[in-house]
Amino acid sequence: MATPDSLLTEALEAIQNSSDEKSLETLRVYYIGKKGAVTAQLKALGQLPADERPAAGERINVVKREIDGALTARKSILIEQSLSAQLEAETVDVSLPGRRQTQGGLHPITQTIERIAAIFAGSGYEVAEGPEIEDDYHNFEALNIPAHHPARAMHDTFYIDPATVLRTHTSPVQVRVMEGGAPPFKMICPGRVYRCDSDLTHTPMFHQVEGLLIDRDVSFADLKGTVIEFLQAYFEADLPVRFRPSYFPFTEPSAEVDMGCVSCAGKGCRICGNTGWLEVMGCGMVHPRVLEMSNIDPETYNGFAFGMGVERLAMLRYGVGDLRTYFENDLRFLQQFN
Amino acid sequence: MIFSESWLREFVDPGMSTAELVETLTMAGLEVDNVTSAASQFSGVVVGRVESAEQHPDADKLSVCRVTDGVTDYQVVCGAPNVRPGLLVPFAKVGAVLEGGEKPFKIKAAKLRGVESNGMLCSAEELGLAESSDGLLELPETLTLGADIRVVLDLDDKLIELDLTPNRGDCLGMIGLAREVGVLARAPVNELEFPAVEITTQRSIPVATAAPDACSTYLGRVIENINIEAPSPYWLQERLRRSGLRSIDPVVDVTNLMLLELGHPMHAFDADKLQGTVTARFASDGEKLTLLDDRDVVLDSQTLLIADDAQALAMAGIMGGLSSSVTRDTKSIFLECAFFSPLAIAGKARSYGMHTDASHRYERGVDSALQARALDRATALLLEIVGGNAGPVSVATGNSPESRQVRLTFSNVKRLLGVEIPQAECLDILSRLGLVEATSDTESCVFTVPSFRFDISIEADLIEEIARVFGYNNLPETLGMGAQRLPKIAESVRPVSALKRILVAEGYQEAINYSFIDPDLAKNVYPESQTVLLQNPLSAEMSVMRPSVLPGLLSTLSYNLNRQRERVRLFEEGLVFERRDGAITQTRKLAGLVYGSLNPVSWNQPKQAVDFYDIKGAVESLLNLGLGTGAYEFVKGEHSALHPGQCAEVRLKGEPIGFVGALHPRLQRHFGFPSKAYLFELDTAALVEGRLPAASALSRYPEVSRDLAVVVSAGIAAGDLASCIRVNAGDDLTELTTFDVYEGPGVGAGRKSIAFGLTWQHPSRTLSDEEISAIIAKCIKALESEFNAELRI
Repeated sequence: MATPDSLLTEALEAIQNSSDEKSLETLRVYYIGKKGAVTAQLKALGQLPADERPAAGERINVVKREIDGALTARKSILIEQSLSAQLEAETVDVSLPGRRQTQGGLHPITQTIERIAAIFAGSGYEVAEGPEIEDDYHNFEALNIPAHHPARAMHDTFYIDPATVLRTHTSPVQVRVMEGGAPPFKMICPGRVYRCDSDLTHTPMFHQVEGLLIDRDVSFADLKGTVIEFLQAYFEADLPVRFRPSYFPFTEPSAEVDMGCVSCAGKGCRICGNTGWLEVMGCGMVHPRVLEMSNIDPETYNGFAFGMGVERLAMLRYGVGDLRTYFENDLRFLQQFN
Repeated sequence: MIFSESWLREFVDPGMSTAELVETLTMAGLEVDNVTSAASQFSGVVVGRVESAEQHPDADKLSVCRVTDGVTDYQVVCGAPNVRPGLLVPFAKVGAVLEGGEKPFKIKAAKLRGVESNGMLCSAEELGLAESSDGLLELPETLTLGADIRVVLDLDDKLIELDLTPNRGDCLGMIGLAREVGVLARAPVNELEFPAVEITTQRSIPVATAAPDACSTYLGRVIENINIEAPSPYWLQERLRRSGLRSIDPVVDVTNLMLLELGHPMHAFDADKLQGTVTARFASDGEKLTLLDDRDVVLDSQTLLIADDAQALAMAGIMGGLSSSVTRDTKSIFLECAFFSPLAIAGKARSYGMHTDASHRYERGVDSALQARALDRATALLLEIVGGNAGPVSVATGNSPESRQVRLTFSNVKRLLGVEIPQAECLDILSRLGLVEATSDTESCVFTVPSFRFDISIEADLIEEIARVFGYNNLPETLGMGAQRLPKIAESVRPVSALKRILVAEGYQEAINYSFIDPDLAKNVYPESQTVLLQNPLSAEMSVMRPSVLPGLLSTLSYNLNRQRERVRLFEEGLVFERRDGAITQTRKLAGLVYGSLNPVSWNQPKQAVDFYDIKGAVESLLNLGLGTGAYEFVKGEHSALHPGQCAEVRLKGEPIGFVGALHPRLQRHFGFPSKAYLFELDTAALVEGRLPAASALSRYPEVSRDLAVVVSAGIAAGDLASCIRVNAGDDLTELTTFDVYEGPGVGAGRKSIAFGLTWQHPSRTLSDEEISAIIAKCIKALESEFNAELRI
């Protein structure tokens, strides 16, 4: 029978040489398991003379503890080694692109309309929409543009039949909202509008956002404040804004709104025609006759309306050079807005 | 309208520079579009007189002239046909700089065919005074020799182009513009003189108005024995030119001058071509007239005419007729000055495809108090130029426009403008504008509107005038945004923006196409639709309102494939238009298209073309945004643009809401697409419809799952099998998936195997094997009897 010390020497060597957790476990069972070699020596203690037993027992227990300690130490080394090996094996090239579906995107006109709507929503303006094939009454008559009014010549109108047109502006949506409810009203109407005009600076279809506020005691000063605040919010800049008297049959007083050129900061450049100003909106106080025609008492209620061209705002904001690119839908153009 | 700044300054001195004037006009609502110079930027050109002109010895077309500037004589070689002794001409001396061609050039002493020439005699064209000239500019004899042409001809004048809004017809004449500038600059305005005309013949032509509302004043007078060959004086021609009109003959020139000066159109007839009474009346339907520009028009009964006893003479307020027109042979004219109401003229010219300076003014309103004075002023001028004898004025009157009175309640100024403007200032502004106080009390004032302002009829118009003159930019800015209320947001309605974002996440790019498309394209894609046509399209290719969003997306695909894009995913949301039972329908649709590879080119994703199930998946994502599975279904459908074997009708709660499928191979060939495109188009209104989430308690008991594979005839729809299983699998079925579809060896020709995964869970107890086995057996039995299915083991 081997001595405890020779067992220890043999075991330590075997442990040191073991290369995986499984063989380590085998060694544990072989040496210090219930039927292991060291355990067998403990069981054989009884055959020794009584006076030798304590020292021999003591020695076997030391051997057992040392083997156990060596097993544990070796095990943690082996775990460490195999983790390292795993990590090494599982290393990827993080510079390779991920696996995904490419994102699409919203059209810049949609993005612009959403931005405008979001800004006005902050003050409680709701979005209203209406038909694009519109009757003469809503597109013209109800907006104080009777038949043969010279202002009709300002609208190059597409006709479906003599009484039906493609809406030339989003203002008829105002009328429909006013007809269909009771004041106060506070809304914006974005959408497609149509004019039969096509050149470098006109497309036969474009987008407008119309705004309307009808309440008690609304003033032109409120209109000015709202328009200025909107433009500064939209362009995120403290731009100068000026109001020029103008004429729209459905507002009185009426104004054109000029904004300091975003490109040259008012110094004068190609974009602003060297004036330092950009015309960006039309607006005014809703004409009392327009209110009356929609059954709103102008003595009790009044309000303002404003309208802006979405393509123009987007051009100024995003630096789009050619109006027509909006509707060519070239993916290389559209993807610039994703 | 274009006006000469110098001419304006003859009426009013605003005490400001050109730039300040331009700014003032623009900021008062008379927008200045452009400012140009009356002449090119030449220098060193003086008034010269041709002392002698002799034939050049070596050149047929050249003359050798002696020209004086009043001090020195110069020899100048000149090629103009009208050069002659005694003529005063612009003389560019040696050292003068002229514009022309690319850059300015300097006049130098030179030899022309061997003869020395010291300077150059100039035409109007060479001084930038005309587009073209056929000879020297002949100057008035009154000019001082040697004087700078720029000074004596006032060539530093600026020509200012106004873009007037339709409400400001009163500014379409110099006196109206001067009045406005006077108000804005607080400067006095020189009134025009209207000298009385001496009547030297009794010849007259009777006039009448048979349309007393449309024509409330008709004045006319004969001027006989005129010399139509007399040229219009230089100042008149130049005044017209600086206002953008050409000189025609003295009669037209004078009436045009009145148009520019007074804003009042006038017309002259050849008096010898008129018969009987000149009457303003409405045309009878079908009545014919040949206009001055040789155009034949057939009139309708809405058109106001000037006619004599024999025939129609002119379209009132729009254009004269040819047969009664003034010609080179005219000896006597009948000069008309009438007031036509804007309502009678508005839109008429346009309805005949015309637009004239006269109709432009009459539509907007001509001063109804001006006719007699305008007629006299024109007569006096004409007599000066063409001579002759003026007859008495024939007068016909109808129902003159009533003078308008408008009340201003002072407190409303603040209500509308948001600022207190002192009463005195309001009154001052309005009175300067020509509004006359009729009555007043402490709170309000009633004003009589002057006859030249057609745009003031309600209080808001008065307040606008106050604001305009006060200055819009002097008004305050406040942020009154009305009553603030919280929005009502319907939670079960899914915003379109959310639907769009689902598609964006799936790689779709939003497109915006024109709503009008090529009728051939509409017919190709959607032959059965009753389309809505435009009466006046810009072109045939844009003449029909789209009955579907798909044609636009297909065109967009085509456009991008032509630009080497190979993987295209598009969507568009918007209205489509159709006629149904005579009425026009406008329906919002959301449409999409995929083309090319399923995945973007990548090192780790398979190269695989998209198929039906990719686009169907996108549609399912859209449908699932708002509703739980089960509310919609896909059934085999038919759509003219889609492949009959790869087309599903989408139904929501049993109602059809759109289609999804592969582009029909016929159309694929038509568009020349190398691979298959897949499309969908759905009703937006159906997609936004959603519901509120309704939570239920979670079961604490285990789920039970079973697989069920059956073999059926290949033509049987998996969806039908699933529906059958759903019906028979009991209330506790929580999930049904289709996890395998197989056709091929082992299942027999014309057969396919479909495998479903079923999961049950009971809310309050554990489901037993026996229960589940019974359910499975029930499902199998139903599948066997309804679909002749065999259980696959």
